[in-house]
Amino acid sequence: MAKDLVKILADLKEKEALGIVEDRLSAGDDPLDILDDARRAVGIVGKRFADGEYFIPDLVYSGEILKTITDMIKPNLAKAVEVKRLGKVVIGTVAGDIHDIGKDIVVFMLDVSGFEVFDLGIDVPAQKFIDKIKETGSRVVGLSGFLTLAFHSMKDTIEAIKKAGLRNEVKIMIGGGQIDDQVKAFAGADAYGKDAMEAVKLAKGWIGG
Amino acid sequence: MEKKWEQMSADEKQEAQFQKLLSPKDPGGNDLKFQSPEAEVNYKANITRIKDAIQLKKTPDRVPVTILPSMFPFINAGMTIQEAMYDYDRCVAAFKKFILDFKPDMHIGAAAPGPGKFYEILDYKLYAWPGHGVAPTSSYQCLEGEYMKAEEYDLLITDPSFYFRNFYLPRVFGALEPWNMLAPLTGILEMYGVAFNFIPYGLPPVQGAYKALFEAGAEALKWAMAMGGSAGELKALGFPDILGGFTKAPFDTIGDTLRGIKGIMVDMYRRPDKLLKALEAITPIMISLGLGAAQQTGNPLIFMPLHKGADGFLSDEQFKTFYWPTLKKVIVGLIEGGCIPFPAAEGGYNTRLKVIRDLPKGKTLWMFDQTDIVKAKQIVGDTLCILGNVSSAMLSLGTPQEVKDYCKKLIDTVGKGGGFIMSNGAFFDEAKPENVKAMVDFTKEYGVYK
Repeated sequence: MAKDLVKILADLKEKEALGIVEDRLSAGDDPLDILDDARRAVGIVGKRFADGEYFIPDLVYSGEILKTITDMIKPNLAKAVEVKRLGKVVIGTVAGDIHDIGKDIVVFMLDVSGFEVFDLGIDVPAQKFIDKIKETGSRVVGLSGFLTLAFHSMKDTIEAIKKAGLRNEVKIMIGGGQIDDQVKAFAGADAYGKDAMEAVKLAKGWIGG
Repeated sequence: MEKKWEQMSADEKQEAQFQKLLSPKDPGGNDLKFQSPEAEVNYKANITRIKDAIQLKKTPDRVPVTILPSMFPFINAGMTIQEAMYDYDRCVAAFKKFILDFKPDMHIGAAAPGPGKFYEILDYKLYAWPGHGVAPTSSYQCLEGEYMKAEEYDLLITDPSFYFRNFYLPRVFGALEPWNMLAPLTGILEMYGVAFNFIPYGLPPVQGAYKALFEAGAEALKWAMAMGGSAGELKALGFPDILGGFTKAPFDTIGDTLRGIKGIMVDMYRRPDKLLKALEAITPIMISLGLGAAQQTGNPLIFMPLHKGADGFLSDEQFKTFYWPTLKKVIVGLIEGGCIPFPAAEGGYNTRLKVIRDLPKGKTLWMFDQTDIVKAKQIVGDTLCILGNVSSAMLSLGTPQEVKDYCKKLIDTVGKGGGFIMSNGAFFDEAKPENVKAMVDFTKEYGVYK
């Protein structure tokens, strides 16, 4: 009963973690506290990933366990949870490209690091990025891409953001399988991130945290 | 007298395969007629060069150079990818122009776009392709999903072919959905009751599926004729094809298109024993896939795109538990059958180099992408032939001088003493032609061993 959900979940012990959640729910614990513990645990997972102790499967698995826990808790929640966030990031895979594994890992890491992430999905036209920047007032934009066509798509997207008069309002980072500093210079981005940890570092550098 | 194939050692089989490549035949089984004496000299020099690079016994006359593109030849010829997928004649014409313009020592054929109409006939759901989910100018891209469900491992383990026919294929090909009604072939045993097994073939939906299949087969054949003609023509012009077939690491077979990345990653925690059993079950099938292809094409180089074992995708322990043991079995099985496994380590493989060192010497060719290739030379250079790794970004956005500088560095370090083939590191669509040309021309000029 007194078992520490944060530690158990961070160690990816699914059955035990779900057992604790069940026990705490039936003991009348505040569901918000349980959810908070679960989020803290996934935060630790993110930290271990950043430290090279955990790998992508660990992230994916912790995300799956968190989803199950959230589903268990939801019926007991009176209202949506408000989490204090460091800042907002708009992210998406650029037009013409439908790859999402890398982007999803970056979204996960930004989320557990305290950012509010607006994930626009895949094959995202430039206008959609512009609309979301305007709507949310995000100061950071992440562009993802895997194919060589993404080099040009990233450039086009950044030019469209410039044309919309928003270039000075946002910092833009890019990443993906074949992306490097050469692509950054070509596309006119502010930074290239080699991996998800780099993306978190960049976002933190730009909007604090 | 000549030894029988079955009695040969792996070394002898590999040598025999190379000798076969050195005396190519036409489709009628006669000695291939080269288009010029020069073409014949080039063809044989090219084969000898990669043979020496792969076997690690002799330093080749110079660093071999190849280009491994995906859609570049077609984009470079001014076509959309949609056109390359639907017009087979234009596809092979563009590929021929690509080979004659850039003159790599060898190539992997014009098959990358594949037959668009074939995919349409079978209603292929596993990919988005031009006109079907992506723009005419976009490459086809995989739609990952759980096409195999978590609770279906036992079915796959017990009878992979039955599982593929009755569960997996009906999900990825809309036209083959009625195959889920078919009875197992292994139930066909004796006269009493034998006809029961065939009842599904009388049902209209199943008959419809077979009708689509015949049509798809005819389309595949039409496409294959164009591809075969192209390979034969290029061979006669002095450019050998180094792609004899294809197989995969068992972990990727299950992770790429059956369970998907999320599925297989969670399976490592929730059902590790089932996953391990399934990997073992499909290992001999992956070996046969490569051996069968080599027999059919007469070419021993078996390409293996490696995906989910890259740096970061698995921990060291996961790599050694789930990925490497069955991959190694496939590689060794192919080698024992006289093949030359040609794995492409997509992404980075820096943390895996010490593990893959544990392979027979001079029997494999590895394409490296973002691996520190100089470090790779130090760790695996005496075990395997290294191919790579001019980056897509450099080919697409750099200058010819940057490409030359990078190639010089590769030739001076990785190329030292042989065992190296110059190439791009990842399959690419867009590139500046002058950069691709710089990679080939500079290697031919500077890469001569003294």
